[in-house]
Amino acid sequence: MSETVLAELPEEKKQSGFSRRSFLKAFGKGLVVVIVAKDLFSREALAANSSSAAIPENQVGAWIHILEDGTVKVFTGKVEVGQNIRTSLSQAVAEELHVPLSSVTMIMGDTGLVPFDAGTFGSRSTPQMGPQLRRAAATARLALIDMAAKNWNADPKSLQASQGMVINPGTNKKIGYGELTKGQQLLLPLSNDVQLAPANEWKVLGKTALKINGNSFVTGKHQFVSDMKVPDMLYGKVLRPPTYLSKLISADIGNAQAIPGVTVVRDGDFIGLVATNPRIAEKAIQMIQAQWDTIGTQPSRTEIFDHLVKNSNSGRGAANDLEQALASAETRLKNTFHVNYIAHVPLEPRAALARWDDGKLTVWTGTQRPFGVRTDLSRTFNVAEDNVRVIMPDTGSAYGGKHSGEAALEAARLARAVKKPVKLVWTRQEEFMWAYFRPAGVIEVDSGIGKDGNIVAWKFHNYNSGPAAVNTQYAISNQENTYIPSKTPFKQGSYRGLASTANVFARESHIGDIIRLLKKDQLEFRLKNLNDERLKAVLQAAAKAFGWNNNIQSQGRGYGIACGFDKGDYVATCAEIAINDKKEIKVIRLTEAFECGAIVNPGQLENQVMGAMIMGLGGALFEAIDFAGGKILNDRLSLYRVPRFEDVPKIDIVMLNRDDLPSAGAGEAAIIGVAPAIRNAILDATGIGLTTLPLLPGSGFSI
Amino acid sequence: MVLTINGIKHEVDADAGASLLSVLRDDLDITGSKYGCGEGACGACTVLVNGSAIRSCITPVSNVAGKEITTIEGLEKNGKLHPVQEAFLKSDAFQCTYCTSGMIMSSVSLLMKNPKPTDADIVAAMNGNICRCGTYPRIIKAIKLAAESQNK
Repeated sequence: MSETVLAELPEEKKQSGFSRRSFLKAFGKGLVVVIVAKDLFSREALAANSSSAAIPENQVGAWIHILEDGTVKVFTGKVEVGQNIRTSLSQAVAEELHVPLSSVTMIMGDTGLVPFDAGTFGSRSTPQMGPQLRRAAATARLALIDMAAKNWNADPKSLQASQGMVINPGTNKKIGYGELTKGQQLLLPLSNDVQLAPANEWKVLGKTALKINGNSFVTGKHQFVSDMKVPDMLYGKVLRPPTYLSKLISADIGNAQAIPGVTVVRDGDFIGLVATNPRIAEKAIQMIQAQWDTIGTQPSRTEIFDHLVKNSNSGRGAANDLEQALASAETRLKNTFHVNYIAHVPLEPRAALARWDDGKLTVWTGTQRPFGVRTDLSRTFNVAEDNVRVIMPDTGSAYGGKHSGEAALEAARLARAVKKPVKLVWTRQEEFMWAYFRPAGVIEVDSGIGKDGNIVAWKFHNYNSGPAAVNTQYAISNQENTYIPSKTPFKQGSYRGLASTANVFARESHIGDIIRLLKKDQLEFRLKNLNDERLKAVLQAAAKAFGWNNNIQSQGRGYGIACGFDKGDYVATCAEIAINDKKEIKVIRLTEAFECGAIVNPGQLENQVMGAMIMGLGGALFEAIDFAGGKILNDRLSLYRVPRFEDVPKIDIVMLNRDDLPSAGAGEAAIIGVAPAIRNAILDATGIGLTTLPLLPGSGFSI
Repeated sequence: MVLTINGIKHEVDADAGASLLSVLRDDLDITGSKYGCGEGACGACTVLVNGSAIRSCITPVSNVAGKEITTIEGLEKNGKLHPVQEAFLKSDAFQCTYCTSGMIMSSVSLLMKNPKPTDADIVAAMNGNICRCGTYPRIIKAIKLAAESQNK
C-alpha cells in the first residue's frame, strides 16, 4: 500500500529523479515519512497506482525512516560544522516520535541520500528544519498509533506512544514501532495541522543533551575529510600565483615531473600535480619554475577604506528632509567607522577527496552547501547532477566561510586527469589567501539630537559590509539606513553574523557617543529610546547579572553596554575593561543576555553563545587581514592572531527562555554585542571613542 | 627507522626531516592528530613523546625515533577511556572537535606534570592550543574534572 505525502516547502526549484517507486526502492522496508508539497501529491493521491511522477526536489524537505528494528534514520540536507544541530535535530525527532534519543541517527549532507537543501547558513536549521522534522515525526507517531489501533481493534485515542512502542494502558499490550511496520513499505501523508508538543511540555527538546557521537571525537576515530583514505588514492597540490595580481606567463614543469610518482596536470593556466605521498607533492610543487606577470594594482590595508567609499554604487543623497533635520538639530554628531577584513580561520582547512567511477563523480568535502557544490561540479565538468555525489562528513568548522567548494573542484579536476582518486588538503596559507573574507566596511553615521535629548535625525550608510542589522531599533522619527555595495579587491562572503558585526558595532558605538555627550546612563538611555520589549528584556537581564548599577566610576576601569537584534535573536552585552598607566587595556569581564524564543538545548545554546563571544573578541580587539601589493601579509597563524585561552575574560551568560515563542537559530548573533560593549567601556574609562575594528591591533600591522 | 607509537613498533621509510605528523597521518594512517597550521602555532597536532607534549607538525621524525610516542589513539586502554577523555565528554568541551585530540593530549601532559593545576596553570600550559570555536572555559572545566577524578 502506498499513500501520498504532503507538506512543507523548501525554496529552490530543481527536478530530481525521485519518484514514489524510487523512494520505496531506496529505503527498503519500514515506514518513511517524506515532507513534500501538498499540491503535487494531491494529484498523485487520485492516481493511487501512479509511481512514475517525479517529485521535484524543491518540494522535499526531509525524510524520516523508521526501520523494522525500530531505529530511526533522519535524512536532511543540513550539515554539521560544530554548531551541533546533529544533536538538536535528533532531539526534535525524538520529542515528537516518542523514541529514545539514542535510537535516532541523522544522515546529513550526502547528496546521494538526502533531499535537496540550499545550505546550512542563516541560522535557519533550528527555525525551519526543526519544525519540518517535528511535523514529520508527529505524523509518523500518529500513524503508528493508528496501525496499532487497527491491529488491536482499539480506539486510537486510548493508546499511547512512548519509548518507541505503542501501548494500550487498558490491556497492557505493547508493540514496538519496528514490529508494527514489519514487512511493509509505507509513505505517509503528512498533515499540516498535526499538533506539536508545546515547549512548556517538552520532554526531550528543551533539555541539555550531550553532543551525539562524542566518543568518536575524543578518541580520534572520527574521519574528517582530511583524514580519509581510499584505495589507489593520490595526493594533490595546485600551483598558486604569488599574488592576486599575478598572471602566468610560463611554467617549467620538468623538474617536478621528473620526480618518481609525480604526475603534473596542466590545463590552460591551471597547473597542479598529484603524488603518491603529500610530502612528495609538496616538494614537487615547489620545483615548478613559473614566471608571473603582475597586472593592475590593489589597494593596501590603509588605503582600503577610501577605496571602498570611492568605488561604491552610491549616488543617492539622503532625502531632503533628513538633511534638513540633521542640519537644524540642536547638536549634530558624526562618525566614520572602519571595519577591517577578517578571516574565518576554520581549524580544519579546506579539503576534498574526489573519485571518478565511469563518468560518475563522488567528492567528499567540508562545505556548508553540498548541493551547491554538486551544481558547481556538474557545471564545471559537464556531468549531469544525478551523476555527481557530494558527501559532507562532520567537518572541522566553517563559521560561514565554507559556502564554496574550491578544494572539491580542484581535487575533481586532478582526479579526472590522472584517473585515480585524489585527496587535496589546503595548507593554512592557502586557506588564508584563496578562500574568502568577512567584508571590510566603512560606516558613516550622521545624527541630530534635539534639545530634549532625543535623537531627531539619523543617517546610517554602510559601504561594502552588507545589510544585516543595518536598520535601527531606536525610536527615531527621521532615519535612513542604507547598505551601499562597493568593489572589493578580495573575495568576500558570509561570516558569523555577517554585516551585523559591523553594523551593530557602528550603531552602538555611535549611540555610546551620543549618551556620553548627553551625560546620560548607557542603560537608561537605551531603555528609554527602544520600543522592542524583547530587546529591553535582554538589556535588563544583562545589566542585572552584570551589576550595572553597582559600577562605581573608578580610576582605571570602564564599563560599556551594547545591544542588538539579528536573525531572530536578541542580544545585550556588558563589558568591564581595565586600563593601566601604560594605556594597556584588558577586558576583565563580559556579561551577555541572549533570547531566541524557546531554547531547544540549553547546553548547546550556552556553548554557541560562549563560542560566538570568544570568537567576537578576535574581531573586536586584534583580528585583521593585512595586505599590500595584492598579497596577504599575515597568512599564517603565527602572524594572524586569534583568541586563545589567555584572551578569555570572565564570561557570564544569561539565557532567557521564551517557551511561548518559536525557537530561532542561535549560532551567530551572540557575537554582535562584544565589540561595541568593549568599545563603549573604553570610552567610559578614557573619553576616547574608537572607530576602527579591531580596536587594539597593537603591533599587528606591518604597514 | 623504527617508531614506537602507542606501544607498537612501526617500521617507517621516511626522510629524516619528514614531520612526525605527516608520517603518522600519511604513512601510518594514524589520523587522530590533526593538521591546523604547519608551524606549531595551533596545537592540533599535539602528541606525547616520552610523556611530554610536542607539536608533531614541526618535529622531524628522526628526533623521535627510539622514543615512546603517544597519540590520541593510545589513550583508551581495553575499552576504557582516559580520565581526560571522559572529562571532555562529560563537559561537552568541544564543538567542531577538530582541536579536541590536541587539546586532550596537551591536557594529559599537563596533568602528568601538575596533578592539581590552578586556572592560571591551565591557561599557561594550554595557551598553545587554539580552539576557534571558543570552548576554552569548558576545556578548563574538563581539565579540572579530570584532575579531580585522577586524584581520587
